[in-house]
Amino acid sequence: MAQDGSSAGQTHKLPAAGQNPAWWNQAGGGAPAPSGSGGGDLTEELVKTDVWSDGMVAAAGIPIVDSQFITVGGGMGSFVTVDYLRIAGVGTDRMKILSDIDHPWQTYEYLTRVSQIPRPERIRSDSASRPDNIWGFPSYALSEALQTKSWASLKQVLVEPIWADYYTPRAGMVFAGLEREAKRISFFDMLVKGQVRMIRRRREGGYFTILTPPEAKPAKRVAFRSQFVHLAVGYPGLKYLPELQNFRTEHQDFYHVVSAYEDHEHVYDRLRAKPSTVLLRGGGIVSSRVLQRLMDDRENYHLNTQIIHLFRTYIRTSHGPNAWMRRKGGNGFAYQGFNYPKSVWGGQLKAKMRKLEGEDRAKEYDLMGGTNTPWRRRWQAQMNEGRAQGWYHTLEGTVEQGQMKVRDDGMVVTLVKTPQGVVEIAADFVIDCTGLEADVSEHRVLADLLEHSGAGRNPKKRLDVERTFELRGTRSGTGVMYASGASTLGGYFPGVDTFLGLQIAAQEITDDLARHGFCPRIGPARSMSQWLRWLRNQPP
Amino acid sequence: MVPTLNGRIQTRLFLLAIVGGLVTLIIVPVLPGNAPLGDKYRDGFIVLAAVMVLGVAWECLYHFLMQWRWEKDWPTLFGLATGVPEGLLIWILLAAGAIPGIVGTVGGAAFIIQFALIWLAVWLAANGPMRVPFIRWRFVGGRLW
Repeated sequence: MAQDGSSAGQTHKLPAAGQNPAWWNQAGGGAPAPSGSGGGDLTEELVKTDVWSDGMVAAAGIPIVDSQFITVGGGMGSFVTVDYLRIAGVGTDRMKILSDIDHPWQTYEYLTRVSQIPRPERIRSDSASRPDNIWGFPSYALSEALQTKSWASLKQVLVEPIWADYYTPRAGMVFAGLEREAKRISFFDMLVKGQVRMIRRRREGGYFTILTPPEAKPAKRVAFRSQFVHLAVGYPGLKYLPELQNFRTEHQDFYHVVSAYEDHEHVYDRLRAKPSTVLLRGGGIVSSRVLQRLMDDRENYHLNTQIIHLFRTYIRTSHGPNAWMRRKGGNGFAYQGFNYPKSVWGGQLKAKMRKLEGEDRAKEYDLMGGTNTPWRRRWQAQMNEGRAQGWYHTLEGTVEQGQMKVRDDGMVVTLVKTPQGVVEIAADFVIDCTGLEADVSEHRVLADLLEHSGAGRNPKKRLDVERTFELRGTRSGTGVMYASGASTLGGYFPGVDTFLGLQIAAQEITDDLARHGFCPRIGPARSMSQWLRWLRNQPP
Repeated sequence: MVPTLNGRIQTRLFLLAIVGGLVTLIIVPVLPGNAPLGDKYRDGFIVLAAVMVLGVAWECLYHFLMQWRWEKDWPTLFGLATGVPEGLLIWILLAAGAIPGIVGTVGGAAFIIQFALIWLAVWLAANGPMRVPFIRWRFVGGRLW
């Protein structure tokens, strides 16, 4: 497995004359060798110029590597896209995955682990949403039943969501499946490690993707010249609530005020040592997870933890504009099985959203998205017990900047503006579970695309993609650039930042690439034969 | 698969024709009853056709009921349990002689066996195997054309 920078180092050769790939040779002529005058780094001319020629890159002394398809990111979005393309029949020699992580589930596993979903716990994803299996069959529930020789998971799928909670797979099972599929499709043979700096259009068609390899020799940068680029860089970045960020910066206190998306195990360690009060912020799935961990630890270690849960928007009951659009809610939470109503991934809401533009689309997003969490029997029982015994309290309110301070006894005091007036809350720890996301311009590659490559924003201010997931405004000759995942939220398909959503995007991208002649369109016969290969764990 | 109205109808017609047709072809010779095999096949396929035709109306009703669900989904068990009212209606229509083309008398046991097997096979196919040949089917609300 080529998981280090070696694969980049081995392929930094320009194609010899006559070996130029047909997809770019038609427009661009022969591949120029680096002139040697440049030092192999980005020049001011390159940084300032929107559209580059082969000669400009060569003059900077940057070696050029050809690959017809490039995917940038290397996480789950890149993985499912490459998986689809491999199954469609694209060889590993025609694709490169540019990434700074070692395996596709690395970032996902980190985020799930720190937000209290270690491998034995269950994630929030449907049984048939299998990123390691484009068909979703056998589903996770069926695989689990076969592995454990128990009907329990199938029975749950049969009666969900009315007589049981939605079945969701264990994180460990998901990661094991991803590892198997990554090996099957030779994912690691296509992986090139490094940091992607920018993507620019090429004058003769296609794109240059600039990568900084982990080892800066022999050149400081490498330019990947491709006809197609796929962008799946994940979340642009996470933000803290402004008042928490201010508190952390002002007091340099990263101990008492933490984010659920960073390692905060010290909080749980401390709670086991001393009876303490925790202030939770946020009403989404991560707050539920953290809450469960606090309540589990309370029960398992006989702790006396007090939990105060602060909601900015407190949901008291079912809510929605009319009888046909009413979501369940209560005790602060909006309840929903998954990030969006289930029909977003293929039913009537998917069909509806596909037709909406501008403000209408943004409004629909707000209506069915927003902060929500699943209604799970175990969580409900734990919270009810907490309320009855007086150790779990909920509160509606906001905190203004500068309204947090450290008391002499080390407690963090927060002044909460509630509908009933200002309330002072003293807590040993504050856990931010809001998961606010940074603007796409916070991501260097995305900011560069917005500034230099014609990319624009959608009604939710993320990257604007077509129904095919082509990044609007970035067409370059015969070249096409695609984007999928969280950075494209707000497009014609809402569930982009989910397992199934990434697969839907991958399918649209693969079909569009087939229209551009990059690969065959997957028909029923190929689909069935490839499924049999998947079942037998044979390469595509 | 979370269906749209179009997708529901198309999936029902397709699966009943292919899977239901196969089940009917296999099961009819062993169904109880003394009628000639030709008549049994004729009646068996007429029952299947009745499930298809009436099913279009049933799907409209299911789609209407689904509008009260926030998720706009149709849980797995609903797909199985709706076989009970649908089977009962066909049986009532058979008993009333309202299904045209029946040549013999469809016995209760024969009807229950055939209907239940068709329903189960179609439900199982829709909940997994359909996704193997038709990889776009589940993302377009069950539409096939």
